Amino acid sequence: MTSILACVDGARYTSSVCEYTAWAAKRMNASVRLLYVNDFHAAEGMDFDLSGSLGASEQETLLAEFTALDEQRGRLAQKRGRLILDEARNRLTSAGVANVLTRQRHGVFVDTVIELEEIADLVVLGKRGESAKSTISPHLGGNLERVVRASQKPVLVASRMFQPISRFMIAFDGGPSINQGIEYISQMPLLKGIDCCLLMVGADNDGNLRRVSAAAQTLIRAGFNVETRIKSGNPDDVIPSEVAANNIDLIVMGAFGHSRIRTLIIGSTTTATLRNCRIPVLMFRA
Amino acid sequence: MIVSRLPADWFGNIRGDLLAGLVVALALIPEAIAFSIIAGVDPKVGLYASFSMAVIIAFTGGRPGMISAATAAMALLMVTLVKEHGLQYLFAATILTGVIQMLAGFLKLGSLMRFISRSVITGFVNALAILIFLAQMPELIDVGRATYPMVAGGLAIIYLLPRVIRFVPSPLVCIIVLTAISMSVGLDLRTVGDLGELPSSLPVFLLPDIPLNIDTLLIILPYALTLTFVGLLESLMTASIVDDLTDTTSDKNRECKGQGMANIATGFLGGMAGCAMIGQSVINIKSGGRGRLSTFAAGVFLLVLIVGLGDWVARIPMAALVAVMIMVSIGTFSWSSIGNLRTHPRSSSIVMLATVGVVVYTHNLAAGVLVGVLFSGIFFAWKVGQIVRITSSASDDGLERTYVVTGQIFFASSETFTSAFDFQEVLEKVTIDVSRSHFWDISAVAALDKVVIKFRREGSEVEVVGLNEASTTIVDKLAVHDKADALDLLSTH
Repeated sequence: MTSILACVDGARYTSSVCEYTAWAAKRMNASVRLLYVNDFHAAEGMDFDLSGSLGASEQETLLAEFTALDEQRGRLAQKRGRLILDEARNRLTSAGVANVLTRQRHGVFVDTVIELEEIADLVVLGKRGESAKSTISPHLGGNLERVVRASQKPVLVASRMFQPISRFMIAFDGGPSINQGIEYISQMPLLKGIDCCLLMVGADNDGNLRRVSAAAQTLIRAGFNVETRIKSGNPDDVIPSEVAANNIDLIVMGAFGHSRIRTLIIGSTTTATLRNCRIPVLMFRA
Repeated sequence: MIVSRLPADWFGNIRGDLLAGLVVALALIPEAIAFSIIAGVDPKVGLYASFSMAVIIAFTGGRPGMISAATAAMALLMVTLVKEHGLQYLFAATILTGVIQMLAGFLKLGSLMRFISRSVITGFVNALAILIFLAQMPELIDVGRATYPMVAGGLAIIYLLPRVIRFVPSPLVCIIVLTAISMSVGLDLRTVGDLGELPSSLPVFLLPDIPLNIDTLLIILPYALTLTFVGLLESLMTASIVDDLTDTTSDKNRECKGQGMANIATGFLGGMAGCAMIGQSVINIKSGGRGRLSTFAAGVFLLVLIVGLGDWVARIPMAALVAVMIMVSIGTFSWSSIGNLRTHPRSSSIVMLATVGVVVYTHNLAAGVLVGVLFSGIFFAWKVGQIVRITSSASDDGLERTYVVTGQIFFASSETFTSAFDFQEVLEKVTIDVSRSHFWDISAVAALDKVVIKFRREGSEVEVVGLNEASTTIVDKLAVHDKADALDLLSTH
């Protein structure tokens, strides 16, 4: 059975993560595992003792002190996680998803997701997590890029507001990631029957034309209604304007094709798209 | 997933790490000086070592938040080398130590730590505390009378001040106050400046001035080996203490390699070999240090302070350092282990005391740990060797007897095993059922062999039942499991 791993953290994106997960689960007839990562750091933010002195058996005293502190906080964090997971499960079941499991784990968010995604066919998370301080700032959650870069599975990044998906766009660059994505879309029932707009940002030459039509053929064979388009310009500007012009509800793209260092200097199309388009993005990384 | 965590390792806790780094740097200064004195070298050597160990391990170590520097455990091992061959050989030994430690890291020897039992670790820590304390004796015996009230006053400041003020390092206050008193009153006390040269500049890269030949290698190798062993031992031990305190995990083999790299660099920068420090690491965690930045900051602050304040550091009276080192000694000692002597199993206590005894006698932590490990191994074998039960039942006519063996048969229990059979009894047939026992080694097989042969010589027919199950443990190890009848052949000849 297909299975979806949905990550919730109680931040503002939690409800849309639930709605997109429910949508995907129903389309793929998938079971859902809801994950809450309990990522509090031991003895964080306590009032530290800077006296620099070592009492007799300092190590034992300190361990007892930290343990007592963490115990309290751990219990609170656990309770909070339970509440968030319960609420998310209720949303999913009332949206008609039958098979929902909840998992709460300690650890680093990225590592935990990668560990649990092994038996999943799709990972869903919000554009910004709890750790990104403000939902108003255009910065994305730091965990998002790390998860997408490390993940072997497609990642659906939920936008803030859920909207039903009636048209999706494939941001095609001919790379291995997006080709893997096209294969996934053709085989999995996730987007079947939804109108597809295949966009390539680049020069209108024979080579690009050939690659776009090959991709389109794959999709048409899988029963999609495909509209192809080649536009020149900077993808960071073209993609958002095409999204707005064509009433697109979901973008499919290959993610983070370049190294971290290049991304640091030149910036990343993935980040720009996530930031500028207020719709969910389904990302593949080969 | 080391890459994904890198930024968090460094910059996850900037404010806490910088503050803790400063506290640690202030605490490192007296210790680095004191340990140089133990090793018999200029304070400069220990201070450069502490700087370079801390800064390099911040990048290469496997345990963020742990502090490495010049340590007492290592200093104690170099005394003879320095005395007999001089400083240049110490630098060479430090570099060689680093090379061997890196090798140990690549060979993943860090996992051998599991053979060092809790009692040995407690013994190590206690012995270390005792040695640090004993190393202060020269500063307390045959010195001016003013020393004693100064040390007592220093200890009072160290222990009582934190009850009032928790945001100023009390050892630092102790040093400042004692230095001020000694200077203003003009007491005739030994000062740090009397003990040797302090650094006045940044360390520079230099090649040890030694002949590169076999003789040199043979001189430094034994020292490098013990330094490697003790350095890795204390580092890995400290790493697991920090793991426990912070409820996180560390990469032990990376730590071995990191210690190696740090020691190599330290040797070339004119420093003595070092390792992780239990006391300083605990202080770092207590002060809120968690990331690599705290270790890095400790090293950098240390050097800045020492180069900037060199003239003042020279005037610190030794009494102030002695007070700080007594605090370190008391803080390192595991006081609960004394009470535990009564409640813990006697074998554990013997292991702990043997470790302490050997270390205090030889001043060599490596020797103590080896004896401790040996003792705990023997005790374990002895305990498990007792888990053997051999019962027997005779047939109604008294001509046949079946022995049933349960438990662990190996070198420590083979004697018990052999002596459980009654060879005086005249029997036509003997059945030995070993299906519920484990045969761990050649001694066990040989013991069974012996029993079978003895019964044969008495004229009895012998059948061994269930040997295949019993000996899977040894078969696996000896890699003869592909020959299904190997052990049957062995036991029926």
